[in-house]
Amino acid sequence: MSVETEEQARSISRGEAEAELEKEWGERPSLRSWFSTVDHKRIGRRYMVTAGIFFILAGTDAMILRTQLARPNATVLSPEAYDQLFTMHGTAMIFLFSTPMFFGFGNFLVPLLIGARDMAFPRLNAFGYWVFAFSGIVMFASQMVGRAPDGGWFGYVPLTDTPYSSGINLDVYSLGLLFLGVSTTAGAINFIVTTVKMRAPGMSLNRVPLFVWAIVGTSFMVIFALPALNVANVMLFLDRRFGAHFFDPAHGGSTLLWQHLFWIFGHPDVYIIVMPALGIVSAVLPAFCRRGVVAYPLMVLAIVTISIISFGVWVHHMFATGLPQLSYSFFSAASTLITIPSGIQIFAWLFTMLRGRIVVRTPFLFVVGFIVTFVLGGFTGVMFAITAFDQQVTDSYFVVAHFHYVLFGGAVFPMIAGIYYWLPKFTGRMYAEKLSRWAFWLVFIGFNTTFMPMHVSGLLGMPRRIYTYPGDLGWDLWNFISTVGAYILAVGLLLVLIGVLHAIRRGRPAPDDPWGGDTLEWATTSPPRPYNFVTVPKVHSVHPMWDERTTAALATDPPLPDHQAMTTSELDGREEGAVEMPEESLLPLVTALGILVVVLGVLWGWYWFAGAGALLIFGTVARWMWPPERSPEEAGVAS
Amino acid sequence: MGQSHPRQRPWRLSIVLLSLLLAGCARQQQSTLHASGAGAQRIEGLWWLLFWISMAVFAEVMLILGWALWRRRRATARIKGGDAIGAITVLGVAVPLVILVAAYGLGLRDLNALAAPGQKPDVTVEVIGHQWWWEIHYPDSAGAVTANEMHIPVGEPVRVRLRTADVQHSFWVPQLMPKTDLIAGKVNETWLQTDRAGTYRAQCAEYCGKQHAFMALRVVAEPRTAFDAWVASTAQPATGTLTAAQQRGRQVFEQSSCASCHTIRGTSAVGEVGPDLTTIGSRWSIGAGAAPNDAGHLGGWIVNSQTIKPGNAMPPQPVAAQDLQDLLSYLQSLK
Repeated sequence: MSVETEEQARSISRGEAEAELEKEWGERPSLRSWFSTVDHKRIGRRYMVTAGIFFILAGTDAMILRTQLARPNATVLSPEAYDQLFTMHGTAMIFLFSTPMFFGFGNFLVPLLIGARDMAFPRLNAFGYWVFAFSGIVMFASQMVGRAPDGGWFGYVPLTDTPYSSGINLDVYSLGLLFLGVSTTAGAINFIVTTVKMRAPGMSLNRVPLFVWAIVGTSFMVIFALPALNVANVMLFLDRRFGAHFFDPAHGGSTLLWQHLFWIFGHPDVYIIVMPALGIVSAVLPAFCRRGVVAYPLMVLAIVTISIISFGVWVHHMFATGLPQLSYSFFSAASTLITIPSGIQIFAWLFTMLRGRIVVRTPFLFVVGFIVTFVLGGFTGVMFAITAFDQQVTDSYFVVAHFHYVLFGGAVFPMIAGIYYWLPKFTGRMYAEKLSRWAFWLVFIGFNTTFMPMHVSGLLGMPRRIYTYPGDLGWDLWNFISTVGAYILAVGLLLVLIGVLHAIRRGRPAPDDPWGGDTLEWATTSPPRPYNFVTVPKVHSVHPMWDERTTAALATDPPLPDHQAMTTSELDGREEGAVEMPEESLLPLVTALGILVVVLGVLWGWYWFAGAGALLIFGTVARWMWPPERSPEEAGVAS
Repeated sequence: MGQSHPRQRPWRLSIVLLSLLLAGCARQQQSTLHASGAGAQRIEGLWWLLFWISMAVFAEVMLILGWALWRRRRATARIKGGDAIGAITVLGVAVPLVILVAAYGLGLRDLNALAAPGQKPDVTVEVIGHQWWWEIHYPDSAGAVTANEMHIPVGEPVRVRLRTADVQHSFWVPQLMPKTDLIAGKVNETWLQTDRAGTYRAQCAEYCGKQHAFMALRVVAEPRTAFDAWVASTAQPATGTLTAAQQRGRQVFEQSSCASCHTIRGTSAVGEVGPDLTTIGSRWSIGAGAAPNDAGHLGGWIVNSQTIKPGNAMPPQPVAAQDLQDLLSYLQSLK
C-alpha cells in the first residue's frame, strides 16, 4: 500500500470515528436535554452566565449605593434599603458571583486542559449547578420583596441574632449560604477527583497546568474552610428560630465565636476567590509572551503554600476585638508572611514578560491591569497585617479600598482577561479587538477612580457601612470622585458585556488555536465537540501544544471509542484504562429541587413541606445510586 | 505637624503638602492624618513609613513591567530560556522578607506602645454602647453621667472602659487612638492621651444597624482644672432655679411618657432606656450627631424623632404646643 492511500484510509476511519463519537456524546437539542445535560462545557457556560447575571444585579446594587454616597446627607435610599443593598452587594459578589464564575471557568476548562472528556462526576456537576442557581435565586428574590439580609456580608452577631434582627432577612442569609455550600462543596470534590484521576496519560503532577493547580488548591481550601461557615450558619439559624444560645453571652454563649468561625472560613475564602484568578493569569501569559511561565516549581509551591497559610491568618480580621496581644503578634506574623508566595508569583510573571516576546492583545492588557492593581492591594494588605495600623483603619473606607483592589483588581481583571482569551473556546467566535481595548481603558481608569479615593476617605476617618455622612468632615470631594469613577467603571464593564454579546452574534468564527496557546484546550475545535478529544492526548511536558510529540500523536493515534474516558494514576499519570461515563439525566435537577423544597420549607416554617422535600431527595438519590442492571454474564445466567 | 514623631522628618514637605490637600475645607476633624493623641500620632508615623516603602516597591515593580513592555519594541528582542529562579528568589523572597520583617518589628513596637500608656491613668471613663448612642460614665465621681460627649484632661492618660448594652460597636477617635470594639459579654479597655486641648469627633466604627451612620461622639480635651469643674458640674443633679415656664416644662417632663425612658437627676424622672438628660442643654448635638442641639431641632425631635433619625427607639410624642414650648425652655436650661 502506498503512503497516500494509507493516509486516506486513516482519515476515512477517523471521520467515521468522529461521527460515531458524535452519536455517543452529542445531546440532541431539546427542552429535556436542556435540563438533563451533564456536558461539562454546557454546565461551565451556564455557571458563567448565571454568575454574570448575579454580577450585574450586585453591581447595580453598588451603583445605587455610590449614588446615595455621592453627596452628603443624600436621601436616595432609606437606611433600611441601604443596609440591604450593601449586604446583598457583598454577599452576592463573594458567594454568588466570584466563586461560581471561577467554578464555571474550571468546569469548562479543567477537563480540556488535562485532556479529559468530562469531569469525573458529570451528574454531580450538573447537580452543583442547579443548587447554585436555586440558592442565588432565593437570595435575590428576597431582595426583590424587600426582605434581603441586612447584617453585612459577615453577619456579626448579636446584630444578626434575635432580638436585634427579627424578620426573615437573616434566615435567608443563613439558609441561603448553607444551600449554596452544598453546591460549592460538590464542585470542589469534583475538581479534585477529576484532576487526580482523569489527566491525560503522561501528565504527571509536575506537568499539570498552573491553572489546574490553582483550581485544585482552591478546591482543597473550599473543603476545609466551608465547614466552619456551615457550622456558624446552622448555629445562627438555631439561635434565631429555636432560641438556642450559641451566641448569647447572657446564657453562656459567645459573640466572638461567630467571628472566629466566620473568619476561619472567611480568610481562606479571600484566596478561594483570588487563586483561580492567579491561575488564569498563569494560563494567559504564555500565549502572549511566547514562552511558558518561568519557575514552574516555585509557582506550584506558592499555590500550595497559600492554600495552607491562608488557614492561619483569620484573627487579623479581629484585631480590634481586644484579644490578647500575644495572639495578635502570631497572627500578624502569619498575615505578613502570606504575601511572600503572592510576591513570588508576581515576580515570576514579570520575568516571564521580560524573557519572552510580548504580543499585546486585550487579554494581556487585562493581565497588566491586574498586576498594577493587585500589587497596590497587596501593599495595603501588608499594612492590615500590622496590628497597630489595622486597628486604626479597619472598618473604615481604607479597608473598602483595600479589598476592592484585591478582589476586583485581583479577581475581576484576570476574569475578564480569561473571558477574552477563551471566548473562542466558549463560543467559537472571536471578540472585536478595538471595542475590547476601549473596555479595558474604561475599566482600568474607572476602577482606580472609584477605589483610590476610598483610601483617602478612610484615612480621613470615614467608617464603612454608613448610609450617609455630614458635609463638614472633608469627605465630600473624595466620595464624589468615587461615584464618578463607579459610573466610568460601569460603562467599561458594559462594553465588556456588549463585546461578548457582539462576538456571539456577529463575531468572526474562531480558528481552533487563535493564540498559539500551549495547553491542550487548543487541540480541540472551537467550540469543542461534546467529546472534546477524538484520541486521548499523550503528554510529555508542561506545554503539550508546543511539544511535537503530543501534537503528532493527536493526529495519528487511534480514537478512544464509545462513551468512555481515560483514567490515569494519581501522581505519574500512567494509563489505567478507560471507564464508561454516565449519560445525561434529570436526577441532578430533581435532587436540587428537593433541596430547594427543604430550604423553602424551613425558611417559612412549613416543616411538613421540608419533610416532603427530604422524601423527594431520598427517593431521587436512591434512584441515582441504584446499581445498574448487570449483564447476563456478570449475573451468572447459564445459557 | 507634631514634633513628637521624628520618623516623619525626612518627608516633612510632602506630608505638609499632602495634609493640606487631604484636609480640604473640613470644619470638623475626624482624620487619622491630623493626629493629636499619643496613640494616633504613632500610627500616623507608621502610615507614612508604610506608604513610602510601598511606593518604593511599587516603583520597582513598575520599572520591571515598563522595561518588559519597552523591550518588545526593540528589533533584537529574543525569547530567552531559563527560569530566572535566582532573580525571583532574591526579588520575590529575600528582599520582601527583609522589608516585611522590619515592618513587622516596627508594628510590634507600636502595638506594644498602644497596649498601655506611659503612666498609670488617674481618670477612668466608662463607655456603654447603645443602638445608636454612647452612654458615658465617670465612675470616680458618682452620678457624673452624660451621653455622646466625653471630656478628658489634657496631658495625662485616661482609661476608657468599653462595654455594650446591645450589639457590637467600635470606639474610634481617629485623631487620638485606634479602635477597640465594644463586645457583648466582654469588657474591653483602651486609653486616650493628648497634649492638645480641643474637640475631637468620633464615630462608631462597627456596623450596628440602621443608624450606624449617626452614632457620633465628641471628645473634649481640656486643662485639668476645667475638666474637674466639668465633671463636678455634670455630677450635680438638676437643681438650678427655674422660671415659671421652665417649672411647667419640668412638670410636663415628669408627668408625660418622657420620664419612663429618660432620667433627669434631681427629679422624679428615672427612666433608663434613653440617654440621661440632666445636662442636655449643654450638649453639642441631639441624637448622637443626627442634628444640632437648638430649640428648633430639639422640638422636632420630641414631636417626631423618626423623621430625623429613622429607626431610633423614641416614638413620636403627642405634646400640646404650649407644653412643648415649656418643655424646650426647661430642657435647654439643663446645663
